[in-house]
Amino acid sequence: MEYILIFITAIFVNNIVLSQFLGICPFLGVSKKVETAVGMGTAVAFVLTLSTIVTYVIQKFVLDPFGLAYMQTIAFILVIAALVQMVEIILKKVSPSLYQALGVFLPLITTNCCILGVAILVIQKDFDLLTGIIYAFSTALGFALALIIFAGIREQLSIVNIPKGMQGMPIALITAGLLAMAFMGFSGVDKGLAALFGL
Amino acid sequence: MKKLESSLKNMLLSLTACSVIAGALLGWVNNITADPIAHANAQILSDAIALVVPGFDNNPTESPEEIEVDGTIYKIYRAMKNGQFIGAAVEASSNGFGGLLTVLVGFDAEGNIIDYSLLNHSETPGLGSKASDWFKKGNKGDIIGKNPGETPLTVINDGGDIDAITASTITSRAFLQAVNNAYSVYMKQEIDASSGASQQVKNEKASLIGTDSIHISFANKGQNK
Amino acid sequence: MNNLKVLLNGIIKENPTFVLLLGMCPTLGTTSSAINGMGMGLATMFVLICSNVVISLIKNIVPDMVRIPIFIVVIASFVTILQMVMQAYVPTLYATLGLFIPLIVVNCILLGRAEAFACKNTPVASFFDGLGIGMGFTIALTLLGSVREFLGTGKVFGISVMDEQCGMLIFVLAPGAFIALGYLIAIVNRLKKIKS
Repeated sequence: MEYILIFITAIFVNNIVLSQFLGICPFLGVSKKVETAVGMGTAVAFVLTLSTIVTYVIQKFVLDPFGLAYMQTIAFILVIAALVQMVEIILKKVSPSLYQALGVFLPLITTNCCILGVAILVIQKDFDLLTGIIYAFSTALGFALALIIFAGIREQLSIVNIPKGMQGMPIALITAGLLAMAFMGFSGVDKGLAALFGL
Repeated sequence: MKKLESSLKNMLLSLTACSVIAGALLGWVNNITADPIAHANAQILSDAIALVVPGFDNNPTESPEEIEVDGTIYKIYRAMKNGQFIGAAVEASSNGFGGLLTVLVGFDAEGNIIDYSLLNHSETPGLGSKASDWFKKGNKGDIIGKNPGETPLTVINDGGDIDAITASTITSRAFLQAVNNAYSVYMKQEIDASSGASQQVKNEKASLIGTDSIHISFANKGQNK
Repeated sequence: MNNLKVLLNGIIKENPTFVLLLGMCPTLGTTSSAINGMGMGLATMFVLICSNVVISLIKNIVPDMVRIPIFIVVIASFVTILQMVMQAYVPTLYATLGLFIPLIVVNCILLGRAEAFACKNTPVASFFDGLGIGMGFTIALTLLGSVREFLGTGKVFGISVMDEQCGMLIFVLAPGAFIALGYLIAIVNRLKKIKS
């Protein structure tokens, strides 16, 4: 039950993009077409879950025992960068079709701040490994959901006549604002669910 | 100076050198900032204590008593003046709208609220976050001087007499619950300190909301005065 | 005079927020008030200046193929130093900005400037580039923070300008960040057009 609550909270209530402001760059950058949004969403879900596991292990078995907690930022970003490279190489060898679908998004992911952000949040919130994995995966689903909805809206926007000054980024940001407002409607849902489950 | 070429040896060398220098630099900075960081953290707490139970001359942060009730840890910082017990600051938390809400409440020896300070919260900015001064003296939800032992603090919606924060009833409820719990723990502590009662006490008058058995353990029993 | 040009270039012509549209996460996430926006801008400026100078100093002893990891290490080191110093001397600001401080590492502005400017220019020029871009970023964040704080709570830098009851709270919350930035960029676009 606790896991279901984390799952729903991370996707809807505390959506990583629309209420936490992480991963805005890909959210604005690769949301012109639904197809690419799906690809990016999948790639993020994959890397985010994997990187959370690896950074968790590093924090608990390397940084903490040696009192190197202050090296967290540096260690995490290097691990994530290396991991993304490795995933790229392995995918190329093992599954060329998957690589074709996700390959172009992988280099972009290193500078996606939601990967590093979630890795640090999992440590800050003091989750155990399983909870951390579920949290990371549902966060990534929330990212994918927001990205795909946003891409759908932007596809429609491209055929609308928009005042010149508002074209491009301004109208995209305002659309995102309205979407964030819609997601605000979910706030408090987690409280209700917690009461329902008796937590 | 000519640019180094990308041979394997050069790459390994430069990467290693770079990591070693970065590591050493960070270790050094960590070393010199460790004390100021610890000091800054202690300062925030002792400032808050000085605000909620003014006029003490001991060092309350030195020996907090930790009491665990239903998995929640309450901390009591006792304030003394000239060896006399003048009150205590109690750190309590409860679940607000956005997450855990931690409040430090100051009580005098009779259990009247002297003042409070919101230590930590994740309530909605501009709504629930108003709790940091909504319940202070002279504001709408004034709780200063009240004694939760006479009537537990509740919002008007729930039949009490405290004005809830506009559009933030859940935050207000959580806040008042934390204050009530702090009071219960504090009064239990009072009784406990004078009579040296057993580890597990049943006492209806001072029981926590929704619980009737309280497990008490002292973190620093040896240092209690 | 050349350095002045580099400086102004960063503030106006290549303003990271309004023109290059980089570093959107901290721009939106930390600007719920003017003072927070300014704090974040200054923090980023510090890291940017330091990393720019160091990278342009070591640009010749770094082999091309491993330059990106080395740049990341340099940036991450300064971010960590900043984290520790802020924790020690401005703990309340550190607590408000929270996660966004370590996330300066993945701010595209930093790696972008390292690649586009610092690894091709002298340390002095890189310093002014860092200062310029950093100031551009700080000004943008302070402006956005002021607008949101004013519309949301009727205050600017915590000073009451208009009755709090008139505030539209939505501007302090998440949706307001997107909407306010959207309109600000539209205004900047319009100004650019008038000028040309």
